[in-house]
Amino acid sequence: MAAPVISKPNGSATTQSLTLGKALNLGLRTAMEADPKVIVMGEDVGKLGGVFRITDGLQKDFGEHRVLDTPLSESGIIGTAVGLAVRGFRPVCEIQFDGFIFPGFDQIVSQVAKLHARTLGRVRVPLVIRVPFGGGIGAVEHHSESPESYFAHTAGLKVVACSNAVDAYWMIQQAIQSDDPVLFFEPKRYYHSGFMKAEVDTTATPDPLFASRLVRAGSTATVVAYGPSVKVALDAATAAEEEGRSLEVIDLRSLSPLDLQPVFESVRRTGRLVVVSEAPSEASLTSEIAARVQQECFYSLQAPVLRVTGFDTPYPPAKLEEDFLPDLDRVLDAVDRSLAW
Amino acid sequence: MSSPEQWTHPEPREGPAATAAAPSAEQVIAGLRATSEGGPELVQLLTPEGERVENPEFDRYVADVTAEDLRALYRDMVLVRRADREANALQRQGQLGIWVPLLGQEAAQIGAGRALRDTDMVFPSYREHGVAWCRGISPKEILGIFRGTDHGSWDSNAKRFHPYTIVIGNQVLNAAGYAMGQRFEGKVGDGDSEATMVFFGDGATSQGDVHEGFVWAAVYDAPLVFFCQNNQWAISEPTERQSRLPLYQRARGYGFPGIRVDGNDVLATLAVSRWALDECRHGNGPVLIEAFTYRMDAHTTTDDPTRYRHSDELEAWKLKDPIERVRVNLVRHEHADQDFFDSVQADADALAADLREFCFTMPEPPVRQMFDHVYAEASPFVDAQRDEFLAYQANFAGGEH
Repeated sequence: MAAPVISKPNGSATTQSLTLGKALNLGLRTAMEADPKVIVMGEDVGKLGGVFRITDGLQKDFGEHRVLDTPLSESGIIGTAVGLAVRGFRPVCEIQFDGFIFPGFDQIVSQVAKLHARTLGRVRVPLVIRVPFGGGIGAVEHHSESPESYFAHTAGLKVVACSNAVDAYWMIQQAIQSDDPVLFFEPKRYYHSGFMKAEVDTTATPDPLFASRLVRAGSTATVVAYGPSVKVALDAATAAEEEGRSLEVIDLRSLSPLDLQPVFESVRRTGRLVVVSEAPSEASLTSEIAARVQQECFYSLQAPVLRVTGFDTPYPPAKLEEDFLPDLDRVLDAVDRSLAW
Repeated sequence: MSSPEQWTHPEPREGPAATAAAPSAEQVIAGLRATSEGGPELVQLLTPEGERVENPEFDRYVADVTAEDLRALYRDMVLVRRADREANALQRQGQLGIWVPLLGQEAAQIGAGRALRDTDMVFPSYREHGVAWCRGISPKEILGIFRGTDHGSWDSNAKRFHPYTIVIGNQVLNAAGYAMGQRFEGKVGDGDSEATMVFFGDGATSQGDVHEGFVWAAVYDAPLVFFCQNNQWAISEPTERQSRLPLYQRARGYGFPGIRVDGNDVLATLAVSRWALDECRHGNGPVLIEAFTYRMDAHTTTDDPTRYRHSDELEAWKLKDPIERVRVNLVRHEHADQDFFDSVQADADALAADLREFCFTMPEPPVRQMFDHVYAEASPFVDAQRDEFLAYQANFAGGEH
């Protein structure tokens, strides 16, 4: 796909107005400056700067031994990163698109996830696997998927998803600092979008990595989302406000471990929960959240937990993706159904 | 003798064309020949009869091996075989859930293992009990894997011997990455440099991870020795089901040297491994070694080789026993007397007795072991599951079930 033109960041010395993609780039750069053991590896991440330009300029500044243009081999990217991590490096792997992670799935599940437990803690695998995920870019097959539930299901992995530029900047650095392997999902649709552009204060104190965040307070119903769906949830809340409904929105941020205490507290107040995700619903993160909320908030619920998700179909051709993806109207419809229960 | 290619891929003849799935009679015969001889390109320094044969290319890599060193190699092989047989017996007696025998592969593993330096790194598959021995790992530290108490108890960082990898071929990519790291850290370039050796079998050569490992190690000039023990059988499938080409020749396609060594010849395996490691230290890696050997026992104790291979094949390989040829050589040159052989046997029996005693007294793993190391960092979610389950179990503390 064509690379969008990205303007130089501006703003004060410590605060810059950054797109999500630029924030990731700056976060990666900062992590590489802080620790010489941090290396970036993936297909086209060097000279090209990645097909989304997230690693733009890093190879030029850090060299070919720290920013590796790798063979086209996802199992190789993950499998060699394991060996590099054992050696003492902190690899940051880029999987070019969500749908291409599966050749590396075996290494992720069999080695990345299990080495620490296998060795009773003697071997750590501090690597980050960055995955541009989700739809809405009009792409061909395998370029718009949401495979996060596979990894949240796997013990030994941590899984996070950023939804905005500020989080992107901090969360990528925190993921790199983590001594556990982290799957890092990035909403590719918003890499270069003005919607998710934000003032990033590089001297601020970030929230913990594995914590959800209340991003909009409300009282009528709770909407939980992550990654690209956070914007959908926020847009729905804005629209609902015009109808006199006050939606509370929580950005999960961490998908494994799940930080659901704020969700439980919210649901105990609102009595209603809608969970939004682009991933198909069956045996998914949204199922997990529904199960845990009914377990913890059984007597507070005024209606069943409802889910607005992608369908249980393969991701469709691009002309159908707007129907597949959760949107503002489907979220509001779910809120209506919850309130009418 | 025919060229190596012809063993598995003979010239077309009359009649229907042979394919890998339906080999011609000639290919079957050729396959048996490949299985039993290894071919003209096989590096061998000690014949099965214990004769030392000269090899202008590789003699220098074992020129320093004294009679004492050869006795030590003999002792290594006898001891690891004895431990292997003891563990096999322990499985038969119900003390182990399963055992993976190394019988017949002692020379391949001791030759490779003794070529390594402490500063080198090793990535094993799951049959490398002999290599583990060379890394200073007691058979006791392996036993838990097969008794079901842990997944291996050695310190892989201290011993520089990665945990056993059971998913076929995964470790080859892990090793390639480790070796890339050695190169990135500037630990390659002279005789004092580091190298990595990765072990896998003939069956693993069909795995994508092994092919990707070849590509990655090659394009990053990684100091990695691919040590393939071709023991002729991947459970029930012969090497002919994995490849039309002798395995060592695959290296050519990836752009690095491949060599076939007599894996039942500890001296040749030592020489070839030293050469390959030396190439890697000097920045000329990677290298593929195909150690041509034979799995004398079953794949594991759950396997029944009588269903898929002939006993005469086994009998033929018994004549090439890796230990016997060294014993014959030591005797012929009067480098060892009966006292030596008796003392080695006594050491082997003591090792076995100690292993047996240890096996009987291995404690059951605590329940919390499975919860406590899922993550390096704190994990309240898993901790809560642990605490809930421990509390549940405590309900039965009085014996009421």
